Amino acid sequence: MADLTTEFLGIKSPNPFWLASAPPTDKEYNVRRAFEAGWGGVVWKTLGSEGPPVVNVNGPRYGAIWGADRRLLGLNNIELITDRSLETNLEEITRVKKDYPDRAVIVSIMVPCEEEAWKAILPKVEATGADGIELNFGCPHGMAERGMGSAVGQVPEYIQMVTEWCKKYYSKPVIVKLTPNITDVRFPARAAKAGGGDAVSLINTINSIVSVDLDSMAPEPTIGGKGTHGGYCGPAVKPIAMNMVAEIARDPQTHGLPISAIGGVTTWKDAAEFMALGAGNVQVCTAAMTYGFNVVKEMISGLSNWMDEKGYTSTQDFIGMAVPNVTDWQYLDLNFVTKAKISQDDCIKCGRCYAACEDTSHQAIAMSEDRTFTVKDEECVACNLCVNVCPVEGCITMEEVPVGEVDLRTGKVVTGEYANWTTHPNNPSATAAE
Amino acid sequence: MAMSHQASGIQAGRLSAPEIADNFGDLHAPYDQHEAAVAADRCYFCYDAPCMTACPTSIDIPQFIREIQAGHPVSAAKTILEQNILGGMCARVCPTETLCEEVCVRETAEGKPVEIGRLQRYATDTLMARGVHPFTRAEATGKRVAVVGAGPAGLAAAHRLAMLGHDVVVYDGKDKAGGLNEFGIAAYKSTNDFAAREVEWLLQIGGISMEYGKKLGQDLSLDALKGDFDAVFLSIGLGGVNALRSAGEDKDGVRDAVDFIAELRQAEDLSALPVGRNVVVIGGGMTAVDAAVQSKLLGAENVTIAYRRGREAMGASRFEQDLAASKGVKLMFNVMPKAIHGNGAAAEIELEYTEVKGGRVSGTGETVRLVADQVFKAIGQTLEGQPEGLEIEGGKIKVSETGQTSVAGVWAGGDCASGGEDLTVTAVAEGRDAAMDIHSSLMG
Ligand SMILES: Cc1cc2nc3c(=O)[nH]c(=O)nc-3n(C[C@H](O)[C@H](O)[C@H](O)COP(=O)(O)OP(=O)(O)OC[C@H]3O[C@@H](n4cnc5c(N)ncnc54)[C@H](O)[C@@H]3O)c2cc1C
Ligand SMILES: Cc1cc2nc3c(=O)[nH]c(=O)nc-3n(C[C@H](O)[C@H](O)[C@H](O)COP(=O)(O)O)c2cc1C
Ligand code: SF4
Ligand code: SF4
Ligand code: SF4
Repeated sequence: MADLTTEFLGIKSPNPFWLASAPPTDKEYNVRRAFEAGWGGVVWKTLGSEGPPVVNVNGPRYGAIWGADRRLLGLNNIELITDRSLETNLEEITRVKKDYPDRAVIVSIMVPCEEEAWKAILPKVEATGADGIELNFGCPHGMAERGMGSAVGQVPEYIQMVTEWCKKYYSKPVIVKLTPNITDVRFPARAAKAGGGDAVSLINTINSIVSVDLDSMAPEPTIGGKGTHGGYCGPAVKPIAMNMVAEIARDPQTHGLPISAIGGVTTWKDAAEFMALGAGNVQVCTAAMTYGFNVVKEMISGLSNWMDEKGYTSTQDFIGMAVPNVTDWQYLDLNFVTKAKISQDDCIKCGRCYAACEDTSHQAIAMSEDRTFTVKDEECVACNLCVNVCPVEGCITMEEVPVGEVDLRTGKVVTGEYANWTTHPNNPSATAAE
Repeated sequence: MAMSHQASGIQAGRLSAPEIADNFGDLHAPYDQHEAAVAADRCYFCYDAPCMTACPTSIDIPQFIREIQAGHPVSAAKTILEQNILGGMCARVCPTETLCEEVCVRETAEGKPVEIGRLQRYATDTLMARGVHPFTRAEATGKRVAVVGAGPAGLAAAHRLAMLGHDVVVYDGKDKAGGLNEFGIAAYKSTNDFAAREVEWLLQIGGISMEYGKKLGQDLSLDALKGDFDAVFLSIGLGGVNALRSAGEDKDGVRDAVDFIAELRQAEDLSALPVGRNVVVIGGGMTAVDAAVQSKLLGAENVTIAYRRGREAMGASRFEQDLAASKGVKLMFNVMPKAIHGNGAAAEIELEYTEVKGGRVSGTGETVRLVADQVFKAIGQTLEGQPEGLEIEGGKIKVSETGQTSVAGVWAGGDCASGGEDLTVTAVAEGRDAAMDIHSSLMG
């Protein structure tokens, strides 16, 4: 069994699966249960300043969307940071870290955007013995209305400034947690780096309204007839999070900056994908909230099984391996030609590929009297839609047209020579003629 | 105290009332909302869906399943009922394993079809539970149509005609509507008096008057109907039964399976219905299976179906055969009745083994005797009481694609008419299509 031990910012944990800062990490009781179940680390539920803690709503705070058989696909929440006192949390963090020296314990913090506030809390956090801190610049609801959370995370200058204060008043690693509620994630990431941040973590939740009650005509969750936007997370957000992770990993200005990836991690494979895109580890919230702490067991067995099969002995072996293959559209090879191919042995004749292609694409699938479905190579543009709508996995495949053969759609011979848009004759600003 | 399985002869009360109630509960329990959502989600929304082609009434199955999936079963029910006004009954009695579900692409792919019948029931039950009738009548046409026979064919025709604005009078020789829905279908397929409730719901359309106890050939004549009405639709089913032609057929304890089933369906208290200890059913169709299974459910100790050909030739589907076997019915193939022995009442049946050569059945000479205090004949129904003057084909009233008989102004459909399988859903399709044809000929 592959060794999953992962070092992130010098912090060692037995596996790369950390619990994200959220209800699962809100108290000692939960965190102890999490460690017993096998989690490699936790980011403690976000702490606020000393004094009376924030209060949460007393009506429902979650909403959700579901797939078949009520599988939870997306969760939405309007919860704030911890509503327990700072002292209680600090005492608990100290005890837990002492009892679990081999696990990562990171403290998430969100205090007002003033140097005094950070200067006040950081020494107290340092005293707990925790391994590092995470700056919550992400929560999109409630706290943002008070000038914290994503209100800071949306302004790169603030990110840099607060990160600098943290580096000034705290000696251990500082992770900056980013909000996805921005237009280009590279700017906040660059600011975090410029401020001296040791790593970024992303994504926090996405602004969302998850459903509308059509009887009361109010967004859900509904509290006394009203609702507000919340933060969206769970499997549905993973593609968005992966793109943001990849953007930071391949940005020359932030390339190499350690990333802790968050957003929809539910199985080992989600984690492996994030790590291939450059994440040093992953954090999980919704999957744990949906299934309980034991979900980590599948993540552990799945990842080590895959690593064994691939011959990887350390997570370091594959972290970032996919980054060089993420490129811009303009550099994609326009001379790479594929055609859809339907395996008649696997086809169950549902006709979905036909409806999709005939109604909405390129009229490249033929349907015979006896419901045999075949691809017309002379029409197929290889868009992949049929592959995506076919209910039988592996039934439709994209086959590369070998070099030397004619693409029946264009009538051109496939040369196998790489050529992209930058040099294409149809491109008015082509850099070189053919 | 209930009598045991072992009490000999034809006896009532072999099982206690709770056991009977349990035995005659729904064959397929209705879906609850979540089960329906999960089942509906399995549908691929096929293009030009094969299931829809296989449904004799051409219900838009992917459409209605999608409506269930999206949470509006009432629209799903309308989609069903527009094509098949007895969609509620069909959902319960269609041999889906040989119709829509047989060709479902998920049956082909995994041997596990989308459960179309049960989803259809979920939708139609939801609508009917609201007590609403989703259709209204078109403006009155002033035309009058007579329908003879209130089975599925007659009811479907009457409803469609009434909807199109015609006034309909339905005559039936019995004192209740429904035809075999009421008197024939196995009790565990139509529970809680569903057949009668469905008729009541169907009649909410208005414009249909029911005349019971009026038998064509006795109380009515085709000529008189033709004179009184603008069109006549005949849907009298198959009232006769084939004879066994074996020695001892007249002994006590030997009777037609359809009569036994009709008595069972009308019984107030099933534990008071007598059944034999050792029951033998002759035949291989749905009627044979229903008689056998229900005998077993009433508490008969040994029940055997004796069929003269091999399993593959059986009219009952494999699902029905397996259902019978699962209830403890023994299936015997390649045997035919030779004689029924007994002193006044049946005691034993003598069966002769058969072989089938070139499609013909002949005895091998070898015989076997089974203990039998009750013998049910289920070897097919025949047309009976049809009016003079109509052309007959293969023992049924000859009709065109749209149900026209050889006599102008007279249409026929359902079991009594040529073409199509003898199924509830086919009867509905034929009744509906004849109604459309009557409409266009009256309005044309
Ligand atoms: C035991 C049994 C079980 C069956 N199980 C199934 C099943 O599970 N699924 C399925 O799809 N099909 C089943 N069938 C077949 C199905 O019931 C018939 O195909 C269907 O009922 C035919 O409908 P119909 O309207 O043509 O005739 P019927 O249902 O037979 O109705 C005919 C009506 O006409 C009336 N009538 C007859 N003669 C006259 C007359 N001279 N004057 C006035 N009225 C008259 C009768 O009283 C009756 O009401 C079964 C049949 C039997 C016998
Ligand atoms: C109920 C709830 C409360 C959360 N609270 C916090 C928080 O206090 N601090 C924080 O940094 N992120 C918070 N998050 C965001 C999560 O840490 C995580 O970034 C997000 O849920 C995406 O990961 P997931 O898809 O695995 O859930 C919260 C999420 C949820 C669902
Ligand atoms: S979608 Fe797939 S299974 Fe369906 S017809 Fe097309 S190739 Fe066959
Ligand atoms: S009416 Fe019968 S055959 Fe048609 S869809 Fe419904 S269950 Fe299937
Ligand atoms: S064949 Fe099956 S999967 Fe396809 S539309 Fe019909 S019920 Fe749905």
